[in-house]
Amino acid sequence: MTELLRAEHATKTFGPLTALSDLSLTIDERRPAITAVVGESGSGKTTLARVLLGLEMPSSGRVLYRGKDLRTLGTEARMTFRREVQAIFQDPYEVYNPFYRVDHVLLTPVRKFRLAMSAAQRRALIEAALRAVGLQPEEILGRFPHQLSGGQRQRIMVARALLLRPKLIVADEPVSMVDASLRATILTSLRTLHEELGISIVYITHDLATAYQISHNILVMYRARVAEAGATDGIVTRPEHPYTRLLIASIPRVSSERNWGAAAEAAAAGPGGAGCAFMGRCPEGGAACAATPPPLFRTAVDRAVACYRYREAPELAGADLGEVLIGRPGAPPPDPAKGREAL
Amino acid sequence: MSGAVLEVTDLCVSYAHPLGLVRAVDGVSFRLAPGERFGLAGESGCGKSTMALAILRMIRPPGRIDGGSVRLDGVELSSLSREAMRQLRLAGIALVPQGSMNSLNPVMRIGRQIEDALANHGVALPRKALNARIADLLSTVGLRGEVAAMYPHELSGGMKQRACIAIAICLSPRVIIADEPTSALDVVVQRQVMETLARVQRDLGAAVILVGHDMGLMAQFVDRLGIMYAGRLVEVAPVGTMVTAPRHPYTRALISSLPSLDRKGELQGIPGLAPLLRDLPPGCAFHPRCPLAAERCRREAPALRTAGEAAVVACHFAETAP
Repeated sequence: MTELLRAEHATKTFGPLTALSDLSLTIDERRPAITAVVGESGSGKTTLARVLLGLEMPSSGRVLYRGKDLRTLGTEARMTFRREVQAIFQDPYEVYNPFYRVDHVLLTPVRKFRLAMSAAQRRALIEAALRAVGLQPEEILGRFPHQLSGGQRQRIMVARALLLRPKLIVADEPVSMVDASLRATILTSLRTLHEELGISIVYITHDLATAYQISHNILVMYRARVAEAGATDGIVTRPEHPYTRLLIASIPRVSSERNWGAAAEAAAAGPGGAGCAFMGRCPEGGAACAATPPPLFRTAVDRAVACYRYREAPELAGADLGEVLIGRPGAPPPDPAKGREAL
Repeated sequence: MSGAVLEVTDLCVSYAHPLGLVRAVDGVSFRLAPGERFGLAGESGCGKSTMALAILRMIRPPGRIDGGSVRLDGVELSSLSREAMRQLRLAGIALVPQGSMNSLNPVMRIGRQIEDALANHGVALPRKALNARIADLLSTVGLRGEVAAMYPHELSGGMKQRACIAIAICLSPRVIIADEPTSALDVVVQRQVMETLARVQRDLGAAVILVGHDMGLMAQFVDRLGIMYAGRLVEVAPVGTMVTAPRHPYTRALISSLPSLDRKGELQGIPGLAPLLRDLPPGCAFHPRCPLAAERCRREAPALRTAGEAAVVACHFAETAP
């Protein structure tokens, strides 16, 4: 079984609000990759993370862990799932109990999952995990959370995830509360984990620039749906969905040439109708857009776009985004045959 | 340079701390030309927001302004009475604060909040004219007239920030200070709000001080940029020069620590941590983190000196290529 986690048409609604709509994604163990999920606030990124982590059950559709529905996972399988799929959350202040030394968050998983047989072994494991994220154990252990910086606390969270030798880490905005100069350090330690241990990472962020720096794939979300997905370099240099293009054009660049137009105050978000959620802001919306939301069209081996401008391309087989995601170099490429059957 | 609209000279701000006085702003000087957009950038804790508050004389105990002067159109602000200073805030210098969500009154309609601002500064208009003025202000910042009757919770983040800009410009100030006005917004909305601010500022002929840490935003918006470190200005230059040829090693580190869409490569953090203001290293405050640090830097704090056209830098080794 190489299929670690698979979301099938996962939809999550909260009352009248749809937070995540019809998401299908397979995360393949053989093809470890860093996949960034980008989008504005309210686009459904965090819901996607929580659904993958089994913290929210989809309202319709399902999430499978090694072929078994998360809803009906037995006790033992659930324990393995909890070990193999780890979470890192946004706020490195909130996850700590201020009355405990930081050792506590590291010791708990070691005990819970019986990772060590002796106190010495426990200590060695924890020290190795801290070193792996660039921290000096002697500077960290025995301290209280308030004695450490936000960057140190967030790296301890990465170390905690690492202790469990996970197959997948879902990191929800891990650097948005950390100073810009420390962001690089944390992201680098995440990337090192991926490179050295072959851990897949789903990196949820609103910052396309950091996504570009560390990820192999990007999923762009807009109002609960995936607008565009595929290999990072292609998406950044040749965005296809009009929303992705707007997003990239809006990023303020550190350059003496100004990419922001003086008068181009882009269209504000209009109310979403029955069709494409982006239609109200789209410069090229047509009649088809108003009727039904566009499916994902596979415009290249490593790209899927939910926009009727690409209706000539075949629809993505099973709508599974895993089909277009690439792994790190050396891993099997996406299978073009699956996407081209319709041709 | 007598044409300056705002002149800040040797401004110092300290906070009382159990372990002694902490200098949050240490001898900062700069001038703002009419209509100019000036940026103040640096990491958190470098004193940039304190600067903004000090210009408006809004530092509260345990903080105090303990030196320097701020002149608006030649008028020394410390000579003004409390009441005159209160009138001058908003009318002369307006602040768009950080986190618009928190600065609007949640139980008051937007129109009423603009009305309050006007009334507090002696603008008495008949109801009809007042409503027209409010509608006009809202449309200037790209909001529909109906927004006047809405409460802050009914607005999106971008709309709230626009409402804050509407309040800031309601008396046509000479200077607008915007403190990280878009840090809570996503990039698409950020761009829209900043473009609105740019247009409004141009139409009013007001100068802007943009406070923030995003060098990309600075590069896109300001004309001239000042970099702060540990309470001091360490480099001031036209923004084009700053991004293409930064002279201070801290400026270079700040720029290269920013992930960019233009170059993919190793992410570089700035080594070490920003120093504690109550325990600054001797000499140049940046030397423990600086790749160019030498013996001299540990002894002697560099003064700001001229470096090229319209630029100043505080580094002993500003001429050394990176």
